[in-house]
Amino acid sequence: MSEPLETVAELSAQLDSGVVSARALAERSFARLDALDPALHAFLFTRREAALAEAAESDARRARGQRRSALDGIPVALKDNIVQAGEPATCASRILEGYVSPFDATVVARLRAAGAVIVGRTNLDEFAMGSSTENSCAGPTRNPWDLARSPGGSSGGSAAAVAAGIVPAAFGSDTGGSIRQPAALCGVVGMKPTYGRVSRYGLVAFASSLDQIGPFAHSAADCALLLEAIAGHDPNDSTSLPEPAPSLTAALSGDVSGLTLGFLREADDTSGVAPGVRARVREAVAELERAGAKVREVSLPHTRFAIATYYLIATAEASSNLARYDGVRYGRRAADAAGSITELYERTRAEGFGPEVKRRILLGTYVLSAGYYDAYYKKAQQVRTLLRRDFDAAFEVCDAIVLPTTPETAFRLGEKSSDPLALYLADIFTVSANLAGLPGVSIPCGLDAGLPVGFQILGRPREDATVLRIADAYQRRTDHHRARPPR
Amino acid sequence: MSRISRAEVERIAHLARLRLEPAEVEDALLRLEAVLDYVAQLEAVDTQGVPATAFVIPLATPMREDVPGALLSPELAVANAPSPRGTAFTVPRVLDDEAEG
Repeated sequence: MSEPLETVAELSAQLDSGVVSARALAERSFARLDALDPALHAFLFTRREAALAEAAESDARRARGQRRSALDGIPVALKDNIVQAGEPATCASRILEGYVSPFDATVVARLRAAGAVIVGRTNLDEFAMGSSTENSCAGPTRNPWDLARSPGGSSGGSAAAVAAGIVPAAFGSDTGGSIRQPAALCGVVGMKPTYGRVSRYGLVAFASSLDQIGPFAHSAADCALLLEAIAGHDPNDSTSLPEPAPSLTAALSGDVSGLTLGFLREADDTSGVAPGVRARVREAVAELERAGAKVREVSLPHTRFAIATYYLIATAEASSNLARYDGVRYGRRAADAAGSITELYERTRAEGFGPEVKRRILLGTYVLSAGYYDAYYKKAQQVRTLLRRDFDAAFEVCDAIVLPTTPETAFRLGEKSSDPLALYLADIFTVSANLAGLPGVSIPCGLDAGLPVGFQILGRPREDATVLRIADAYQRRTDHHRARPPR
Repeated sequence: MSRISRAEVERIAHLARLRLEPAEVEDALLRLEAVLDYVAQLEAVDTQGVPATAFVIPLATPMREDVPGALLSPELAVANAPSPRGTAFTVPRVLDDEAEG
């Protein structure tokens, strides 16, 4: 089999020195995809001819001395809820079967302007609703470390594609942990930027106040490079941060002395954390302490309400966002619904949505309905404020918070699908960052019984650079991010 | 005490324009009951006088000049419609539905 595609930084240097061509990288990417993806099912769509042609154009640009950026000629993959003009975007839902996007997401336009070569679109839980990639209408993705296990989700396809070396980088979306959790379970780095740092224009909306696009890669340094390419103000997203995005790669000094890390007491105390996960995360914290960071305990008392708060807010917003799938303007229409418009809506949506999406639409409709709004939705938004205040207080005494990304390593496919509430609880360490809008990165920190463990670094809003600087300093001192799946 | 009735599930399903099979109504009852039981923990949180957070990063509503930008052509705009006619979307007649509100 062809060699795995490793870090963006290395491949970019190889392209610059001429030892490899963009075309050869794209060919290697597709060769690995052909060999591995029948078993993994990380991809829903590939764009082989277009990608090979774009790679050849990249080579021509380099030959003319017109390299656009460090990403010029680098193969990348997109989660199938980030639209690209002329390409499908199904969100792993039957209701978007056959949809072809008429426009580029801002992220896609920026990647293309940077010269990145998009090789395909990756699997996810339907409309990003799930933590296992099992809620895909196309069937689950498998974890490259153990094909009997889930890669996590909802961006499971993107995480698996990077872990398997099919692409050196991929993009996903994170509403409650959908980048960080699969990154942890697949042994790669995954970053959720500060809310508003990356444009959501062209990201199919799940929960608009929580959704954020971010990168997967093998290193924090690569994530800095990838995030720099896509970050920054976008007039097409009214929640996009107005200021220019600060340089991230320039912040990677390797130095964490002078920084104070908050070690989250609640996460270490939670009885549901597997002993192997707790041990690896404590080792990671000790490593950062040896690197010169100060470590102190912090407490976020309202995090124990984070899952309840998250599911009320996320489902309420989802029920509103998914009202657009009506069988009229795009997507699927029920074949035999010629009677009334209500029948058309109801049958189209009944046929088009999968069971978990229906459940979440029902819950969201319920919590927004007359008589329940104050008790559920408004209450959740108030608890969200209390959670933000917890973080504000913690960030008075520390610069970043470290905690596990997930309570356990990768679970077996089917193990949690019968009990959605059990799976919701697996998001306990990730949802808070979305509720508070914080940047968060998951970093591989070793193995437990042969499966990857990830730890998370959360920073103050807008301090994506600090989070990446700590992650990069850790990776300069350790080799956990170089561990690869067997085979 | 059950938190949600079958009739309520059916009412919500109609509000959400989802036609549920009888088995799906049963599933929804069980799942919603479990989730509502779980989120009831929020009742214990004192939120008296606490403002709601709708968006985490407070930003003023951005303003811009009202100038036309790039638009989709009508042909492209209907290209994904399941049953377009020319450059129009088609739906079943709607007047009979109006009484329903």
